[in-house]
Amino acid sequence: MVMRLFRSCIRFVAVLAIGSFTCVAFAADTTWPMKEFSPDLDDKASLQRGANLFVNFCLGCHSLQYQRYERTANDIGPIDPDLVTQYLIHTDQKIGEHMTSSMSEEDAKRWFGAPPPDLTMVTRVRSPEWVYNFLNAFYADESRPFGANNKIFPDVGMPNVLLPLQGITNEVCEGKVAVDITGGLTAIDAPRQDNCFKLETSAGTGMYDAVQFNQATMDITNFLHYVADPTRQEREALGGPVLIFLFVLLVLAYFLNKNYWQDVKRDPE
Amino acid sequence: MSEISENQGVIARALAWIDARFPLTKTFESHASKYYAPRNFNVWYVFGVLSMVVLVIQFLTGIWLTMSYEASGENAFRSVEYIMRDVEFGYLIRYIHSTGASAFFVVVYLHMFRGFAYGSYRKPRELLWMIGMAIYLVLMAEGFFGYLLPWGNMSFWGAQVIVSLIGAIPFVGPELMEWVRGDFVMSGITLNRFFALHVIFLPVALIALVFIHIVALHHVGSNNPDGVEIKQNKDSSGIPLDGIPFHPYYITKDFVAIVIFLIAFCAIVFYAPEMFGYFIEKPNFEIANPLKTPEHIAPVWYYTPFYAMLRAATFPFLGVDAKFWGLLIMVGAILIPTVLPWLDRSPVKSMRYKGSISKAMLALFVISFFILGYLGTIPPSPFGTATAQVFTVIYFAYFILMPWYTQAEKTKTVPERVQDH
Repeated sequence: MVMRLFRSCIRFVAVLAIGSFTCVAFAADTTWPMKEFSPDLDDKASLQRGANLFVNFCLGCHSLQYQRYERTANDIGPIDPDLVTQYLIHTDQKIGEHMTSSMSEEDAKRWFGAPPPDLTMVTRVRSPEWVYNFLNAFYADESRPFGANNKIFPDVGMPNVLLPLQGITNEVCEGKVAVDITGGLTAIDAPRQDNCFKLETSAGTGMYDAVQFNQATMDITNFLHYVADPTRQEREALGGPVLIFLFVLLVLAYFLNKNYWQDVKRDPE
Repeated sequence: MSEISENQGVIARALAWIDARFPLTKTFESHASKYYAPRNFNVWYVFGVLSMVVLVIQFLTGIWLTMSYEASGENAFRSVEYIMRDVEFGYLIRYIHSTGASAFFVVVYLHMFRGFAYGSYRKPRELLWMIGMAIYLVLMAEGFFGYLLPWGNMSFWGAQVIVSLIGAIPFVGPELMEWVRGDFVMSGITLNRFFALHVIFLPVALIALVFIHIVALHHVGSNNPDGVEIKQNKDSSGIPLDGIPFHPYYITKDFVAIVIFLIAFCAIVFYAPEMFGYFIEKPNFEIANPLKTPEHIAPVWYYTPFYAMLRAATFPFLGVDAKFWGLLIMVGAILIPTVLPWLDRSPVKSMRYKGSISKAMLALFVISFFILGYLGTIPPSPFGTATAQVFTVIYFAYFILMPWYTQAEKTKTVPERVQDH
């Protein structure tokens, strides 16, 4: 019976594994080659740079309406409250308040068609990997109202806010080799719209070089990953002692039980 | 107890005082220290007590969540984030509650499987089984109503899908659906009534049903892996020969199981509370939005076997919409175990002594439950739907063919006394 339980558990785990694999497969529904990204909450410098970039480039439109400045400063620093008020809060908000955009919803609707989404939990709704790739997938597109488009989120309704940092980025479309009926190579097509899997930044047009910009997008994503679940580190740190306590308790419980049942096993019956 | 002299301890005297006014010692003896349970329980017999542990966990964390939760369409989502960020240990309380919901179903499904395998529903335990099924139904409702409360996008759309099923009932459907929602669409009004049901009506029903489940259990006594009635072999003082006092023997044994359970439970709470989107689904980190349907709506894992069966009904029949037949299949699949005591005609109770057809059918049933559970989590596809149809048939075949195969097969002889392994 123990074996059967064990087998049932294995089956359950297998179903979970297959299920989560499917989820991943569905998340990557774009043909754009996603770059790997794993956040690092221990990298306080990265979180601080991310916070700085976020309040300067994103917070104008996107709120973090469930996250407070004070908690942020304490968690990613701690940062001196005076410095927070001076460098992170660009409005007349107090340090105990939520990190909200000062753009009104009516204006946002008029300017963008829909208010920019709150980003408090964007990395939990999407994934940190998605956000990181999204930030790196903007390119110039004159056909869009804000002159920019995105490879991960086609026709996204926002401008390329990080353009001054990144520089002018264009998509590179590759031609396709056409093969005639006899199997011979005949011609190389003109670049095709559905074959644009590369972006190219014109060197010197942005404040950052490619490495610096990549780091900046990583920092922003890292920061958003923290904001999505600010108690993660506290929770994981608490888990260790709790589990150690339970394991010690298990040893005691096991021997207590064994002690009682000894009499039963000795029963000649 | 009444012969306690003056020089005995203060505790003994206090106990005597209470016993004269309330049957404390008597109750303890008849339900623990002199309640005789079969001595051959195996690991499958821990899931009953684990269900009680989870019930207590859910009850306590639920009370604390209610202290900071706000049941309104405007503030429900915000208040959950407030709990997660601003309430002291709020994140822990919330994750314990959300993990507890899934844990509840894990232990209850294993508890039910134990009943399936060892024939715990057989005479004289039919009522015990039916009370258990009532608990299961209330638990499903409790989980469903509770899932709407965070007011995330999956909460909203999941509830929307299930409530819209009511609309498929011929003639009265649309009006009934409106009555359930209390509005023309899912709204804060629906949220408020779901909240009332989740925190008052269903928990009260659950606790009352669990109480009578235990009253019934202690009246008929536990079944065991051999399916032997221990009350048929008693010694001269009327104590079952194969019985053992619940206290201290099973108290200590269950305590080991509880600690092992808590280790697994805490590992999830502290390190993977979302359980990769199975315990808390990704779209639920976004506020409910009637204009934004999640890419793929799936209920939480514990409903997915039944959700897969609901989706397996794809064609109209007798002029009634396929959705209605899907609803009937789903409700039928949930309710059909209730009549198990009358479907099982085997001369033996336990799977240990049943024939190979019963064993194969139980295995098929478990496999179909897992496969349907998996299919319910993924978006529909022609292959998935066909597979779900096949396994829906197998699921029902386990029950419907039971009167036949349990009589047709050759069973082993049940021993007189329980077997120690």
